[in-house]
Amino acid sequence: MNFTNFGRYLLLLRAVFRRPEKFRIYLQAIFKQMDFIGVGSVGLIAIISTFIGAVMTLQIAFQLVSDLIPKTIIGSVNRDSSILELSPTISAIVLAGKIGSAISSEIGTMRVTEQIDALEIMGINSPGYLILPKIIAGITMVPLLVIMSMFLSITGGYIGGTLSGAVTAAEYMQGITTDFNPYTITVALVKAFVFGFIITSVPAYEGFYVKGGALEVAQASTRAVVVSCISILACDYLVTHLLL
Amino acid sequence: MIEIKDIHKSFGDNDVLQGISGKFEPGVTNLIIGGSGSGKTTLLKCMIGLHQPEKGNVEYDEREFTTMNFEERIEIRKEIGMLFQGSALFDSMTVEENVMFPLNMFTEQSRKEKLERVNFCLERVNLEGKNKLFPAELSGGMKKRVGIARAIAMNPKYLFVDEPNSGLDPRTSIVIDELIKELTEEYNTTTIVVTHDMNSVMGIGDYILFLHEGKKFWEGSNKEIAHTDVKELNDFVFASRFMKAAKGKF
Repeated sequence: MNFTNFGRYLLLLRAVFRRPEKFRIYLQAIFKQMDFIGVGSVGLIAIISTFIGAVMTLQIAFQLVSDLIPKTIIGSVNRDSSILELSPTISAIVLAGKIGSAISSEIGTMRVTEQIDALEIMGINSPGYLILPKIIAGITMVPLLVIMSMFLSITGGYIGGTLSGAVTAAEYMQGITTDFNPYTITVALVKAFVFGFIITSVPAYEGFYVKGGALEVAQASTRAVVVSCISILACDYLVTHLLL
Repeated sequence: MIEIKDIHKSFGDNDVLQGISGKFEPGVTNLIIGGSGSGKTTLLKCMIGLHQPEKGNVEYDEREFTTMNFEERIEIRKEIGMLFQGSALFDSMTVEENVMFPLNMFTEQSRKEKLERVNFCLERVNLEGKNKLFPAELSGGMKKRVGIARAIAMNPKYLFVDEPNSGLDPRTSIVIDELIKELTEEYNTTTIVVTHDMNSVMGIGDYILFLHEGKKFWEGSNKEIAHTDVKELNDFVFASRFMKAAKGKF
């Protein structure tokens, strides 16, 4: 995003957070978006997290081939990597692809078919009505998905490690319960909150200012995913630097 | 009544509107006509606030719209109904939900009252019983009629219609035109229709404002339009062979 786009993005956010016309209508829209963003992504996040956890365990076991290093370290490393980085960041990037493109193309299509103009003519604050429920659903559901992802990633590590014989069940369990720092969960949830905001607001911005037709909607959708992913990685660094 | 005074609007170096003025009275069908690229849709968008004119005023019953802030504009917009060229129905909602949408947003009526109003509006546009259909299941003419039903749901004082006949067969076009005229007279709305359809012009044009290359060239009624000596208007009105052949009969 260049500075002009960033400025327009901030102005759009200002419009998004104007007082809603009717809370009840917004509340219904929020629940609908929670269902789409949260419930609709459970399966995808579950599959990805479980496999990532399993693969992580195998790779850690492969790299730590030394009699000086106890095998319990495999569980510890998998736990901390999953909680601090893999679950929030990989989940966010996957969600940026799934949800970001959907949000961008939905709002973009509404723009080119004059549905947004129709909202504005009715006297409705269109950024608020269309984007606020998505942002609220994003910042509440993405942290929940990340919590689930952490749990499944660590479980996946257990399954992958024990099935392959890279680590015993007892060693893995000892590893994930030793020297656990609960603060890592806080860091992960802060990341998830920030990512949830990015995943919903950036594609909404890209869709909201589409001009043209189907081709431009598709281009905006692609741009939304690319910009969201870069923003997620940049904010990942920033939050990690600030909190750790 | 809506009055526009000296409206100027440009996009880059392109001066789309150059000092347009006009008065649109309630209870009559006001038409803005002109060829493609003459600036009629831009003028309409300036009037409803989707474009901000560089110069000039738009007044809704002596309330100056152009200089209003966001909150003040919202109050005026609650009095506006609009039918868009492509109908602009909300894809994810049924016909009933589309028509009920403004009622949900701006009234405290019970569901029963809102449903009664929706059914009345749908009946008014001859679409009774189509409540549960989605826009994708409707024909072009039906979409326009749902658009009109949504536009009149809140009993608007001002009704804007952008190219109501585009993409419709002649018979459906006449039905839509007559519906617009009936509603205008029945509810005494200030109706402004943007069109380049000559059937609409001759059929429902009580007051016509003709634009050419961003300037107002002529204003009058459909009874006067065939008897002017404005070359640009004559070129526009009598462009088709049918209109040329029928010229002496108006």
